[in-house]
Amino acid sequence: MISVGHYLAVSAVLFTLGVLGIFINRKNIIVILMAIELILLAVNINLVAFSSALGDLVGQVFAMFVLTVAAGEAAIGLAILVIYFRGRGTIAVDDANRMKG
Amino acid sequence: MIQVAAFWLFATIVIASAAMVIFARNPVHSVMWLILAFFNAAGLMLLAGAEFIAMLLVIVYVGAVAVLFLFVVMMLDIDFAELRAGFVRYLPLGALVAIILAVELVFAVGAWSAGKVDLAARAAPAVTDKSNIQQIGELLYTKYIFLFEAAGIVLLVAMIGAIVLTHRQRGGVRIQNISEQNKRRPQDATRMVDPGVGQGVEL
Repeated sequence: MISVGHYLAVSAVLFTLGVLGIFINRKNIIVILMAIELILLAVNINLVAFSSALGDLVGQVFAMFVLTVAAGEAAIGLAILVIYFRGRGTIAVDDANRMKG
Repeated sequence: MIQVAAFWLFATIVIASAAMVIFARNPVHSVMWLILAFFNAAGLMLLAGAEFIAMLLVIVYVGAVAVLFLFVVMMLDIDFAELRAGFVRYLPLGALVAIILAVELVFAVGAWSAGKVDLAARAAPAVTDKSNIQQIGELLYTKYIFLFEAAGIVLLVAMIGAIVLTHRQRGGVRIQNISEQNKRRPQDATRMVDPGVGQGVEL
């Protein structure tokens, strides 16, 4: 039988893959944004699984909020990416040193 | 029994496609795998009884976010083969962080299932005689109305921010200026003259 533990395992693997994607794709900001989307998807699966397991709907309401924030983050991130590419002609992470941070 | 089979199918495909998002060489393929991952995650949520979130995932993620990614990937003209160059160099560090995270997550799941932590009473217990969408609507428009409006403000700010960031003034383009046209009066633009016979008009 499928329990909440199975859902948590799937979500944990997704989360880990997202973090791994951020670390190994140091050259491409677009794939890093996609990895962040994967992480947020894992969070959503967690929220929905607990909401279903505990019989409490607040988890699904918060999953909706996370979805909203993820959509806004993707829009703003890609807009920044577009103007960055317009100015520099590259989107490699290693070349992003204008602010000397 | 079919639910168990469906769970394993969705779970396998969502993890495999998430791995392909990271390891695909072409970012366009990455976006395609991301869409597949979203569809299967929606299937997982459907199995858990959250129909509304599942449909929202398909509409918002596949319909909007993934298409946005696709547009940006195709708009930027980048040599992607060169971008993959440092892949092997960062693999050990990334794998180390990923392993630590995975071990921690497994430990957390084990600790959670071992002993029951009694938290506060449930804020909104689900009742079974209504559909999932009806329950969420009744909760969202009453108790969590401010959260709902905050989500709307987040989206509004994101929309305005994206427009402000990417908008650019292009010089050398003659576009119609409607307010200038409406402000123009006949006395500013025309002049009555009464030239004598044989004389010209001074322009």
